[in-house]
Amino acid sequence: MKNNFNFSPASGLEVLKRRHRIGAIWKSIFFLATAVGILALIVLVSTIVNQSFGYVAVESKVDPATLSEKPLESLEAEELREILQANLSKLLLRRAEKQKLLEDRGKEDLYNLLMDQVVDYKIVKSWSLSASLFQKDRILAEKAQRYPNAKLEFKAWLNPGFLERTMSSRPELAGVRTALKGSLLLIFTTIISALPVGIGAAIYLEEYAHKDHWYNRAIQTNIENLAGVPSIVYGILGLAIFVRTLGAFTSGAAFGIPAETGRTILSAGLTMGLLILPIIIINAQEAIRAVPISLRQAAFGLGATRWQVIWSHVLPQAMPGILTGTILAISRAIGETAPLILVGASTFITSDPTGLFSSFTALPIQIFNWTTRPQDTFRNIAGAAIIVLMVALLSLNAFAIIIRNRYKKKTI
Amino acid sequence: MTALTSTSDNNSFAIEARNVHLHYGSFRAVKDVNLQIKARKITAIIGPSGCGKSTVLRAFNRMNDFVPSFKMEGEILFHGKNIYDPDVDPVQIRQMIGMVFQKPNPFPKSIYENIAWGARVNGFKGNMDDLVEESLQKAALWEEVKDNLKKNALTLSGGQQQRLCIARTIAVRPEIILMDEPCSALDPIATLKIEELMRDLSSSYTIIIVTHNMQQAARASDYTAFFTMEEDRAGVMVEYDITSHLFVNPKKKQTEDYISGRYG
Amino acid sequence: MESQITKTKQFTKGGLKPVTDDILLLRIKKHPRMKEFFIQALLFFCGALSIFTTLGIVYELGKESLLFFRTPGVEIVEFLTGKVWQPAIGSFGVLPLVNATLMTTFFAMLVSLPLGLSAAIYLSEYASQKIRSIVKPALEILAGIPTVVYGYFALTFMTPLLRGILGEDQVQIYNTLSAGLTMGLMILPLISSMSEDALSAVPKSLREAAYGLGATKLETSIKVVLPAALSGIIAAFIIGISRAIGETMIVAIAAGSGPALTLNPLKAAETMTGYIARISGGDLAYDTPDYNSIFAIGLLLFMITLFLNIISRLLVHRFREVYE
Ligand SMILES: Nc1ncnc2c1ncn2[C@@H]1O[C@H](COP(=O)(O)OP(=O)(O)O)[C@@H](O)[C@H]1O
Ligand SMILES: [Mg+2]
Repeated sequence: MKNNFNFSPASGLEVLKRRHRIGAIWKSIFFLATAVGILALIVLVSTIVNQSFGYVAVESKVDPATLSEKPLESLEAEELREILQANLSKLLLRRAEKQKLLEDRGKEDLYNLLMDQVVDYKIVKSWSLSASLFQKDRILAEKAQRYPNAKLEFKAWLNPGFLERTMSSRPELAGVRTALKGSLLLIFTTIISALPVGIGAAIYLEEYAHKDHWYNRAIQTNIENLAGVPSIVYGILGLAIFVRTLGAFTSGAAFGIPAETGRTILSAGLTMGLLILPIIIINAQEAIRAVPISLRQAAFGLGATRWQVIWSHVLPQAMPGILTGTILAISRAIGETAPLILVGASTFITSDPTGLFSSFTALPIQIFNWTTRPQDTFRNIAGAAIIVLMVALLSLNAFAIIIRNRYKKKTI
Repeated sequence: MTALTSTSDNNSFAIEARNVHLHYGSFRAVKDVNLQIKARKITAIIGPSGCGKSTVLRAFNRMNDFVPSFKMEGEILFHGKNIYDPDVDPVQIRQMIGMVFQKPNPFPKSIYENIAWGARVNGFKGNMDDLVEESLQKAALWEEVKDNLKKNALTLSGGQQQRLCIARTIAVRPEIILMDEPCSALDPIATLKIEELMRDLSSSYTIIIVTHNMQQAARASDYTAFFTMEEDRAGVMVEYDITSHLFVNPKKKQTEDYISGRYG
Repeated sequence: MESQITKTKQFTKGGLKPVTDDILLLRIKKHPRMKEFFIQALLFFCGALSIFTTLGIVYELGKESLLFFRTPGVEIVEFLTGKVWQPAIGSFGVLPLVNATLMTTFFAMLVSLPLGLSAAIYLSEYASQKIRSIVKPALEILAGIPTVVYGYFALTFMTPLLRGILGEDQVQIYNTLSAGLTMGLMILPLISSMSEDALSAVPKSLREAAYGLGATKLETSIKVVLPAALSGIIAAFIIGISRAIGETMIVAIAAGSGPALTLNPLKAAETMTGYIARISGGDLAYDTPDYNSIFAIGLLLFMITLFLNIISRLLVHRFREVYE
């Protein structure tokens, strides 16, 4: 019976060896492809870190050491004010006071003024972290040749001051405070507008909607399709509806607040809310579906109405899952840039947003703006801003994972 | 390696388990099995659910290799060679010891492709049409499907699908066919057909069948091994004998209790 | 039976009281619950809001596009077939933008499909639990990185790399190749996770069948599991294309600003999304052809991606029906 099989045992072994060889080759190909994904992540992160730290060549009109014995950053407002008054020319002082009296200016503002007008601190060249670590000789040579008057300093572009300063046209003085506050307010508006509606829709679809009705199926299909619409299309929608058509409300004019345009936090938040709504709904639906039927039956069996069952049994059980999904949706919203460009986030703004009707800038907009500037040093602060953004995202995700794990432990 | 590929000698044992212990992680699923399977006979393995029947059966063609926590002690001798020796290729073992599963699992391809595929990956170079026809005939399915060989195998009935899976196994020319409750998903008529088929096949193949259906074991097998569970849930072999002896005249009390339906 | 009912005691405000037949009948009779009704209506409204979103998109895009096509000198045929996009001279041919979009998408898929699919096969068929627990979170992080960061990466890493390899005189600072390749890395996790889902959904029994016939792991994976998961994998591929077409920030940063009809991937060319972002980023006067044109392009974008998403979802559904 074995003999009518068309290969002899010996050649069968040969074939088998080849099959195993091919298998091994492909296995390593698959593995390498997987490794590329990880490599990409590593390279991406190191590119960003590489840009955010490194040597800089600094030129200044006045050596800060001659102004004060202590480092300038550590001075109090009063001391800063004295130095300014002592060192600024009459003309410059008058011009500065015209904007805002020295008395009224805060410590950080004064410091900026000092650096800008007196010290005239200028970074003429920056080097990447890798060059700073491994090619110091080259950097020294280049500096000596091209920037003989400059001082070489090691600079962490990401520093506490970077988080506290506002926007500036000079990269060495620019910070992300305004953008951070803008992003926070924006996210807040987004959550407030999208979360209740999203949970409501999910409850409707899971607990009330009969799949036999065409309109319920239409809603479900529509939500799934909306999740795939490019974010820039949401931006166009936001521009047309919130900024333009509803401009009277989103600018605050209808509520008696003086404002010029509908390009406000409110418009952006509502746009972002629409954008993450489908994601929230789909995640919440999954969480609600995971609540066992037996729990509902038990509650119905005690004579509860549908809403009572949902409110006191289904929602509490589903909440951790809903929250996890929401956090993931929010981290999507934090990084979204294109819709904000459309609804008109300002790229240059130095005053912190004060409320829903403020014009604003946001972290990703800031990154975009700095990235597209031709000067290298803007690339450095863009890198620093990206680190800020990624840290925010990673902490959000870690938070989501913690909630998820705690929830898992409870149900098992 | 050569021992495996040489044609069968006159040794009447097709495969033999010696002091076999099988573990999943720290859990010992089967304890100290010694079992000599007669060539070209049907051997049934019966026993209560969870006693390790499938585990033992899968040990015979190294199907358990895919469970990472699986460990085995002892020897399973096939043509005098322990199939768990490091120099043994499990792929080769599975070609020579085929398997039919509990739920029919045809590939979502045509009937023809289902049969041709296994032979092809194993380097078959002969006339494929003939092989397909021959295998289907041996599996008693030819008459029903010969006009529809291009049809998707998933359109067949459950019983037909299972016979297709048997045909597919035959097509790679195994020596032993392992069957893990092959009829548990089938209706009685389809079951009867498979049992008849097993009888036909036993003239050229060694068949080991796991079943929880005692009538089936009594009806269709030549030898029967009875397994049960000990206190610690480890499976053990209680009795192994010619089927008629075991059912009519069990030597052990546990066997008697089980076949008379007193437990399990 | 009757005496049982009359003896039934019910909780009422006054405590336990015997309930008579009449009261019981009244109780079990259907009566409208206003609160329940309002809640249900409110929840329905929440669900229906998504429909309004879609209608809003279609209405606004359609309305402004109509205005755009009513602009003197703009015609829909010329819009779809014209080879020059230069609003300043009244030339609105969308082909240069579409061409650039297709080029970046092509390079993105060239990277993400083979890599993503291979990674999916590795993760679902080969990888040990330990490797999976390292690789999957890494891919998830990769998927969660904002696209503006990828844009930054394209400009500060990918472009210099390409210029280093191919020569500075060959590769312009802004080019579609760099944007496309980076986009490929961005889409890779999407393809790999969707494909892996499809592969893992293939029943174990099918793999066992193949192994039981003496197939090797590769043969089982490629010839049995992969074909069985094919529609799911194609769905992933299509979603990937849709994502690439709609992606804005990477191309806005790295592909170049200024429409150009070129097939040279080393040259700068503006995509549809890049154009929308650039025009709307400036000070935009309402009801100018420029302003209206972003709606026409947006509509085109919306229709293409919607079409792709629908096909992809149909494929996934078909796949689910087979294996569930
Ligand atoms: N892959 C596995 N991992 C861990 N334990 C398993 C696995 N498969 C089976 N078991 C355990 O091994 C024992 C025997 O299982 P099995 O061989 O399937 O029994 P039977 O086929 O006789 O019903 C059972 O306790 C089962 O829970
Ligand atoms: Mg079993």
